[in-house]
Amino acid sequence: MSNNNVKTTEPVVGVNDKENINEPFLKVEDLVVEYTSYGEIIHAVNGVSLQLERGKTLGLVGETGAGKTTIAKSILGILPKFSSSIKRGQVFIDGQDLLSLPEKEMQKIRGNKIAMIFQDPMTALNPIIPVGKQISEAIQLHYNVSAKESAERAIEMLEMAGITGERYNDYPHQFSGGMKQRVVIAMALACRPELLLADEPTTALDVTIQAQILEMIKELRDKFNMALILITHDFGVVAELCDEVAVVYAGEIIESGTKEDIFIHPTHPYTIGLFDSIPHIDSDADRLKPIAGLPPNPAVLPKGCHFSPRCPKATDECRDQPIPMVETSPGHFCRCCHI
Amino acid sequence: MNTLVEVKDLKKYFNTPGGQLHAVDGVSFKIQKGKTMGVVGESGCGKTTLGRLMVHLEESTGGNIYFEGKDITHAKGIELKKLRQKVRIIFQDPFSSLNPRMTIRSSIQEPLRIARNPVEEMVMRTNQLMDMVGIDTRLHLSFPHELDGGRRQRVGIGRALAPNPSFIVCDEPVSALDVSIQAQVLNLLQDLQQEYGITYMFITHDLSVVRHISDDICVMYLGQLVETSPSKELFKNPLHPYTKALLSAIPSTDIYKKPKRIMLKGELSSPINPKPGCRFLPRCPYATDACREPQKLEEILPNHFASCCRVKEIND
Repeated sequence: MSNNNVKTTEPVVGVNDKENINEPFLKVEDLVVEYTSYGEIIHAVNGVSLQLERGKTLGLVGETGAGKTTIAKSILGILPKFSSSIKRGQVFIDGQDLLSLPEKEMQKIRGNKIAMIFQDPMTALNPIIPVGKQISEAIQLHYNVSAKESAERAIEMLEMAGITGERYNDYPHQFSGGMKQRVVIAMALACRPELLLADEPTTALDVTIQAQILEMIKELRDKFNMALILITHDFGVVAELCDEVAVVYAGEIIESGTKEDIFIHPTHPYTIGLFDSIPHIDSDADRLKPIAGLPPNPAVLPKGCHFSPRCPKATDECRDQPIPMVETSPGHFCRCCHI
Repeated sequence: MNTLVEVKDLKKYFNTPGGQLHAVDGVSFKIQKGKTMGVVGESGCGKTTLGRLMVHLEESTGGNIYFEGKDITHAKGIELKKLRQKVRIIFQDPFSSLNPRMTIRSSIQEPLRIARNPVEEMVMRTNQLMDMVGIDTRLHLSFPHELDGGRRQRVGIGRALAPNPSFIVCDEPVSALDVSIQAQVLNLLQDLQQEYGITYMFITHDLSVVRHISDDICVMYLGQLVETSPSKELFKNPLHPYTKALLSAIPSTDIYKKPKRIMLKGELSSPINPKPGCRFLPRCPYATDACREPQKLEEILPNHFASCCRVKEIND
């Protein structure tokens, strides 16, 4: 592990409630996840720590393969059994350590206290079961209710997500992409989760539909006072929905802070590079400034700063040793030795 | 100005069990030489079909395509073969558009081989192309699966460039790429345009990308053009209600700007046997009875066309 001996500074993501000042709602500490593939060890998540309060939204931003989805899957405990292992770290919800829970207990939490929305609504639904049935199934699993009650509740959820209850008996293929995503959201929220993990919930959708779905997620989050982790690569979506942002690169959080910290004062060269490489809708710049090179191979990560091979500011200091998180201003953390 | 490509009333209908699907329905536009025409629209609006019509991957149902002043709508045989050297396409998905069993070198060489170039010339040109699109020549014997998405898309661009084309249809060339790589590819396309004066038709659903790269923009909705204008003008002053809603839906990275969002109700209606009136009518906040008549693309402001009968009232 590249950062074995580093004392990780705790980035405080989320504003603490007054009565709850010691224990945040969700706390992930020093999470390390590895995959094995063809005898190689893939270092997917390398010491990620984060915190989140109820009613707040954390955006996990990063490129393909940065480890965003793996972080979410480890919180929910749905990593593939044989090819992955959580090497280190803890996940607490309300002070309860999820990683040490037996599978039976975890099943009670999954879909109930924590729910997840996946990127692709086309594959997240069972094609041969009517959508309403799929939702009521989840309700029956977690609550001791009759079939009739659960069906009523499923219809209620569908309507909340903007689908008329008459479509209860329709199959997924009878819905468009945006409508399917609404079904998926209705299902995720059916048991009133306290934490919702949304993995690229709008990436597969068109912009006008994306606007509808984001608006809906926002409304429901506020209605149920949910904590929300939004995984995305789109800074526009982050600006829209998030309170806190954590930028993930090669399995590490390289910068975290409030939305204002990240958008107004991006500090890490990678974050700055990301902002420079998106064409801005209101700017007339003729050329983009891409980040040179490619993300590192997660099987052979650089010894020092993972971004150093692509970083314009890199020196020997960056390449030689793991870089700790540094607090640049209250609540704004950055993993760079050249700030 | 110099028109390279002109399309007049182009139509493509597909026969489906449910009836005729109007994928492209009476589209007309011109593309100037050395410029980029962006085509935007949501999935299912017919933008990819339009692109495929331009390079003869689909046969049109009606209308005409002119290239360098010549009607090429029904080009066949040798004529088509020659045309395919001049008019090229870059596909969206670099993972499925390359032959997995061909090395990078032979993929790039293929169009030259088809054009029967002499071997030495071919080898020279291939090296030159790999250099142009920024692929290390040491990779020339690699297979597509050994490359990342960005490099694969560079191979796709190299293939398109091989016979020295004057017009390239780029069908979502950066949608499958990460932002940092996307910027590299966009810059490459721009550099090539500047150096070789290539004309692009750039199809995308990403509005910030289209604004960045295009000189002119066509907005499509259910097979029809609803608005076309120079790029800057369109973003500053959208006229058609659909364009307005589309632009307002883009999530901005400016965290202080609270955009006034026009929320559209519902989704794209079916393109099968559409009604004669405005296709945007079921979702339009301004719809009236007059919208049930067929709409015409009219020049509202200089060079700025929109097809909406209420456009003047709405924009007052």
